[in-house]
Amino acid sequence: MALVLPAVVGLAFLLVPLVGLLVRAPWGTLPARLLSPSVGEALRLSLVCASLATVVCLVLGVPLAWLLARGDVPGRGVLRALVTVPLVLPPVVGGVALLFVLGRRGLVGQYLDAWFGVSLPFTTAGVVLAEAFVAMPFLVISVEGALRAADPRYEEAAATLGASRWLAFRRVTLPSILPGVVAGTVLCWARALGEFGATITFAGNFPGETTTMPLAVYLALETEPDAAIVLSVVLLLVSVGVLAALRDRWISGPS
Amino acid sequence: MTLHADLKVTRGAFRLDAELVVEPGEVVALLGPNGAGKSTALRALAGLLPLTGGHIRLGGQAWDVPPDVFRPAERRPIGVVFQDYLLFAHLSAVENVAFGLRARGAGRAAARAEAARWLDRVGLADHAKAKPRTLSGGQAQRVALARALATGPDLLLLDEPLAALDAATRLHVRAELGRHLRDYPGHTLLVTHDPLDAVVLADRLVVLEHGEVVQQGTPTEVARRPRTDYVADLVGLNLYRGTAHGTTVSLDAGGTLTVATPATGPVHVVFPPNAVSLHPDRPAGSPRNAWRVTVAGIEQHAHTTRVRLDGVPPVLADVTTATVADLRLQPGDELWAAVKATEAHAYPS
Repeated sequence: MALVLPAVVGLAFLLVPLVGLLVRAPWGTLPARLLSPSVGEALRLSLVCASLATVVCLVLGVPLAWLLARGDVPGRGVLRALVTVPLVLPPVVGGVALLFVLGRRGLVGQYLDAWFGVSLPFTTAGVVLAEAFVAMPFLVISVEGALRAADPRYEEAAATLGASRWLAFRRVTLPSILPGVVAGTVLCWARALGEFGATITFAGNFPGETTTMPLAVYLALETEPDAAIVLSVVLLLVSVGVLAALRDRWISGPS
Repeated sequence: MTLHADLKVTRGAFRLDAELVVEPGEVVALLGPNGAGKSTALRALAGLLPLTGGHIRLGGQAWDVPPDVFRPAERRPIGVVFQDYLLFAHLSAVENVAFGLRARGAGRAAARAEAARWLDRVGLADHAKAKPRTLSGGQAQRVALARALATGPDLLLLDEPLAALDAATRLHVRAELGRHLRDYPGHTLLVTHDPLDAVVLADRLVVLEHGEVVQQGTPTEVARRPRTDYVADLVGLNLYRGTAHGTTVSLDAGGTLTVATPATGPVHVVFPPNAVSLHPDRPAGSPRNAWRVTVAGIEQHAHTTRVRLDGVPPVLADVTTATVADLRLQPGDELWAAVKATEAHAYPS
């Protein structure tokens, strides 16, 4: 009894707000609101940016995971810890850091501006970068875990058959860790989709350009609470969808 | 084109220092207890582990001559059958066999056709589309062999190729492996800790202990004149080639032996020295192998006395010290050797 009561309170604490969201949702006008230009725009921007950020994470994160799992690099433990920093870092801090590195006067940003005329903050590309920065550790950790569980001798077997390292990775290792890569990708995408702090700090809040769903929710809350609820319900459904996609890995637990 | 390898690898406290020469078409078995350095030698030859000294050369090609030359595994013309086969789980049998051909530049269709031919050669044409997890141990071993041979390697390396099989499958797969090895024109190195695999499959044995070669020679030579206790205990087998007609085997070296299980054609007959009993007179009755022998030598080993006996065929016997005393064994003594048919095993060769 001493345990059941707090457990029930805990469960209610987690579920009641979500139920409340569904109860308060203006179901009658929901289709119309979903199709309204501002919601549609935010939704489209969110999906595009989260997907692009996920591609960036895959292209950079999978090799990084490989390096951490298999590479012969000194200080691998420190490197691994550094990679996971964005995981625990408040996203707004990440946004500030990005701003001071990639901003027009930033460490790297000034050269991007001077040499290529490229400015990243407060652009759609900036949204993608901010999301990728926050989401990449999820992918790297997931893929690295899968790589460490995979038997490296299969890569050796591939090498004795004449396969280069790259071919062995692509045709032998990658297929064997595919479930881990898929899980990491979905997780990474979901994290990118929900990104708020780093995005608003680094990319600002410009409708149609940098206003993704979470930003739109925040913006709408003051002017149009019903729209905020609709956007929140959409994000909730996406989250549930992600969980459903990963149910075997994350929810089933030990059985 | 001869393989010359002077394998020197130092890793921590372990030191491998072994010289190996393998002629084309020859099967050399590298035999030794666990931790002797067999796997290190195989990995060095495969290019999975660089030498710290010495050299590996095949004909005129330098494979590993530290510190100047190191060809990694993917650039050596080798085929490796690993102990647990390491078949790629997500690829079918035919795709596994085609992998090496594809990696070495063959087109998709050509690689598949060649892979299908190899699967046919190992008797698995029906299993081309099967995934490795649906194959039995013996089938997986044959796929692994086909995969290793499909690229036409100059050097075939086998790492305990029969260790993962149960006893019944092993007998069959060993005979089949022997046939493929005889057809293979390249150099073969077989790593094993099982003396039976070594004597049945190899033309020459190289025995490794503590990272060094302690003895080498033909299986018969090594079996008859073991130089260390390890060799005496494990390889010191009575080993004969012969031709089986049912349970009777006519030995190439002369004489006949009766074995328990019938066979036909060329076989190896193997039994351990402790299966041989010595008698002053012809042992009476019972379906035994019994023949006249002369004591050629007596050697004291760790736990037993090993008696070398000349006769048709010659034989090794391990006897207790009590027996030595009872029979007052001396070189030149004439005795009868006896072996139960159930102790003598014939392996197809």
